[in-house]
Amino acid sequence: MAVGSRAAVWLASAAQRFGSVPWRDISAEAVDRTLLVIKAVCFAHVINSYVVSLIQVRGPSMLPTMNLTGDIIAVDRVTARRGTVAVGDVVLFRSPENPRRAITKRVLGLEGDAITYLVDPHKGDASKTVVVPNGHAWVQGDNIYDSRDSRHFGPVPYGLIQGRVFYRVWPPEGFGFIGQKATSL
Amino acid sequence: MRTGNSLWLLTKKALTGALIGVTISDRYVTLSPVRGSSMHPTFTGSSTSFPGSLKGDVVLVERFCLQKYKFSHGDVIIFRSPTNQKQMFVKRLIALPGDWIQVPESSEILQIQEGHCWVEGDNPASSLDSRSFGPIPLGLVQGRVTHVIWPPQRIGQVERKMPTGRISPY
Repeated sequence: MAVGSRAAVWLASAAQRFGSVPWRDISAEAVDRTLLVIKAVCFAHVINSYVVSLIQVRGPSMLPTMNLTGDIIAVDRVTARRGTVAVGDVVLFRSPENPRRAITKRVLGLEGDAITYLVDPHKGDASKTVVVPNGHAWVQGDNIYDSRDSRHFGPVPYGLIQGRVFYRVWPPEGFGFIGQKATSL
Repeated sequence: MRTGNSLWLLTKKALTGALIGVTISDRYVTLSPVRGSSMHPTFTGSSTSFPGSLKGDVVLVERFCLQKYKFSHGDVIIFRSPTNQKQMFVKRLIALPGDWIQVPESSEILQIQEGHCWVEGDNPASSLDSRSFGPIPLGLVQGRVTHVIWPPQRIGQVERKMPTGRISPY
């Protein structure tokens, strides 16, 4: 009997407390916060894909321009979107062999250019000349001995180019612009 | 003072809306008009390029497939032209990496390389596709067409279909 009445009292007070919680304010604030997160994500996406983004690169193919161990570089998205990539630029593009991977290489020729390259730099100096077709670019790594590039998979369409690499952010001692470079074969 | 304030609020709202809209259109779904007759009878493209005309079909394009680049035979996809990056094409995916395809108008059989695909229009008489520019890299694909949403009498799903006897998996 006593237990039952105590429970009833507790229940009544719980209901009162529950009723006095400002649910309306809380839900309004939750909506506000969620909206803020969504806005931040959208802002990041737009900056990332239309203005500039940071990317980590690895591998030996761009030595000595980029290190083996994973430099962080800034990629400018405007140039590729406007289609004003120039010969000598380092570009980031989707690999024609695996669309899930993006790779960086240097542009050595644009449409209409004649490119002469060593077929296999490890074995003698047999060279080949090709003309880059319309809407394509010829890309090659700076380290011609250890790079998989246009010499293997041919010229890449402009549509695959995602951005122009213009600045190294990390490591601190290599901080600075990654610019054009006169290329010699 | 008061009008300036409300103007600022309006600009802020418009900007936020634009940001969210662009993100959704880039990552999830987008709308795209179709022009030209290369995909007839799946889509009826407008023959005129008169600005503002809504004669062609408007289609819904989903971009979830771009996270893994997983496609099926017979999907209708949009992709950047391999010869002109500003142009988008919509075509049907005929062959995926590893497939052997018989090139029409010749008895040649070729294997699709890793990371490439073979695309063709539904209307072979007037279509600029892999028969002229060869297999395209999958990286050029920008989305998969799922529905026609305009004009109203043609609203409906875009079906996956394959011409028979064109490809063999091994």
